[in-house]
Amino acid sequence: MEVLVILVPLALALGFVGLLGFLWSLKSGQYDDLDGAAWRAIADDEPASDQGQSR
Amino acid sequence: MHADIDFSHYLKSTGAGFVHLDLAVEGINCAGCMAKIERNLSTIPDVTSARVNLTDSRLALEWKAGALDPALFVSRLAELGYKAYPFERDDAETLEARRAQGLLRRLGVAAFAAMNVMMLSIPVWSGNVSDMLPEQRDFFHWLSALIVLPAAAYSAQPFFSSALSALRARGVNMDVPISIGIVLALATSVIETINHAEHAYFDAAVMLIAFLLAGRYLDQNMRRRTRAFAGNLAALKAETATKFVSPTEIKTVPAAAIRPGDIVLLRPGERCAVDGNVIEGRSEVDQSLITGETLPAMVTPGSAVFAGTLVRSGTLRVRASAASGGTLLDEISRLLDHALQARSRYLRLAERASRLYAPVVHATALLTMLGWLAWGASFHDSIVTAIAVLIITCPCALGLAIPAVQTVASGALFGSGVLLNSGDAIERIAEIDRVIFDKTGTLTLPELDVANLADIPDDVVRLAGRLALSSRHPVAAAVARYAGAASPLPDIQEEPGQGVHGLHDGRPIRLGRPSFCGADDLANEILCRDPEASVVAFSHGESRYAFAVRQRLRPDAAEVVAGLVRMGVAVEIVSGDREPAVRLASETLGVHEWRAEVSPVDKIDRIEELVRQGCKVLMVGDGLNDAPALAAAHASMSPVTATHMSQAVADAVFLGERLAPVLAAVKVSRKALRLMRQNLWLAIVYNVLAVPIAIAGLVTPLIAAAAMSGSSVIVMLNALRARARETI
Repeated sequence: MEVLVILVPLALALGFVGLLGFLWSLKSGQYDDLDGAAWRAIADDEPASDQGQSR
Repeated sequence: MHADIDFSHYLKSTGAGFVHLDLAVEGINCAGCMAKIERNLSTIPDVTSARVNLTDSRLALEWKAGALDPALFVSRLAELGYKAYPFERDDAETLEARRAQGLLRRLGVAAFAAMNVMMLSIPVWSGNVSDMLPEQRDFFHWLSALIVLPAAAYSAQPFFSSALSALRARGVNMDVPISIGIVLALATSVIETINHAEHAYFDAAVMLIAFLLAGRYLDQNMRRRTRAFAGNLAALKAETATKFVSPTEIKTVPAAAIRPGDIVLLRPGERCAVDGNVIEGRSEVDQSLITGETLPAMVTPGSAVFAGTLVRSGTLRVRASAASGGTLLDEISRLLDHALQARSRYLRLAERASRLYAPVVHATALLTMLGWLAWGASFHDSIVTAIAVLIITCPCALGLAIPAVQTVASGALFGSGVLLNSGDAIERIAEIDRVIFDKTGTLTLPELDVANLADIPDDVVRLAGRLALSSRHPVAAAVARYAGAASPLPDIQEEPGQGVHGLHDGRPIRLGRPSFCGADDLANEILCRDPEASVVAFSHGESRYAFAVRQRLRPDAAEVVAGLVRMGVAVEIVSGDREPAVRLASETLGVHEWRAEVSPVDKIDRIEELVRQGCKVLMVGDGLNDAPALAAAHASMSPVTATHMSQAVADAVFLGERLAPVLAAVKVSRKALRLMRQNLWLAIVYNVLAVPIAIAGLVTPLIAAAAMSGSSVIVMLNALRARARETI
């Protein structure tokens, strides 16, 4: 059962990283346009250019 | 045509030499539009960002300050086939958006906590039946506490604060039993953990919070979406005003940029976008949107004009004022305050349910404890059992029963063109048994319409339409619109207050007042038949025609009235307009009860009289004179063309030319209320089944968790039934 000493903190840390990731995505506005995001995922890549890339 | 609008009001500097502009864009409805717009605008030099928000139909632009004229974007979008207007988020929308985001953040925290705690709980549940050491169990319980306590303290705040404010006001709402349940579950679990006991309820508590937050977030998100849509509508109306920037120089600015004290110019054919007082000029004005009166009124220096007033003959200078001045407006504000106070006393279904629910549950828990004590159980065991009763009855399903239906129903209403303003609108609209319609602008369309097109040869209509294009008079504009005219005739002069005239095919051609065209007899004939029509005459050489221009009933008004009557809802017309006009409309629609020339006070009196008879009234109106009645009625709706004040007090706003959304609102709301009641019953049935287990002291954390999620899912699924489309 000594393995718990590693596994439990590891599991908690992973959970915490997931939560931080969620909070980051929320803060950077990734939930502002869910309909659009659904389509952007399958849209063709924009032609490479040094400008015009959004964000 | 919008190139001359001054955009400076909407530009925001983002620092570092960039400016930001938000545009509401009409017609973005697919991914293709999104890609097309973003690619096209991104190719403009100096544009650093062009991003479409598909959910809200908006476009956010950023470019180097001073490098570009914002009007360029609007014209570029017009080339692509989209109408775009600058807009500004209003305070209400910003607030809704911030709330939705706050709830999502709390939901995220609660959900992550629930997942991690579940990972710790499952070994405990399975360990309890096998060979887990008590020390290991305690360790897992302490870990759960470490995760859940901070997570609950953060994510359950909306429930705690709402419960506290209800208690402070000496009331009970649904959040009171919820908060008590959460706090007790957590406190017991901590005490049990300290005492090395077998059961802790950390998982159930945090799962409950996550489920409830999910329901609230969906509700809030629907509300935010409606607000955003309403904001777009306001922007797409593109209300502009012509402002004097110096005594001699004018500029077209968005109406939102007009401040009290500014002087604006109103020309014939324009609709006033601000409230104010006339300081110069005389004109006939059409105030039908405001007072319901279709006969034009005369304004002179000193008269008050309101947003929505249509200027018919002369040019006016108006000083904008901050909601004061006019006696009509003062009186309406006073009536409005009074009526809104009465409405705030309405008790929502959820509040009524929790008023019954909380005492029953808390009494049951107390009796359980006393019962076990009397039976000879130890004090500790009795208290733990009593708390288990509170945890299992903690109204997870009850807390979701109403918001879940509300979310789904407001989504369905959104689809049929109804935007809800207030949270309890669905409940109140569902309860109504009588509809009072205003006539002008509500049963009729706000735009003028040519009534006797069938009597006039097509080529004459087309010619008259082309001639009418040269006039700014709204009645002539209606003829032009109906004729579908696009190319004006050359060399036409306007005779102020009379009409337009010129030469066509070598013969004189005229359009205007009947006397101007020598068609008085034709005009009188029309006025005898239809006393509220405005007549515009047309002559070409010797031939003379008269167009009867009037407000037309909404195309489906009669069907909607019949539909309401079929549903057992009484229909009545109460209008500020003159008697013949109201009688004609009532006869056409088959409405037997109607009142004409009703003042705002009398409208309220009529509603109060009906309330005394036990009726629940849905008021549908648009004018400024309807605003107090809209607030006084049990529920209210306004068309989207209504004056600002009416839209603000109405429970719901409906879109489009048709009246069908009113019928849809009543149908969907009734169905939703039925589902809300059903959901409450489901929650009660669940409690009736679960409480005996809790009273018997048999509830384990596993049962608590399963019962809670099970009941929530059932209630959610039942709510989804509100989505089934009504056939109207």
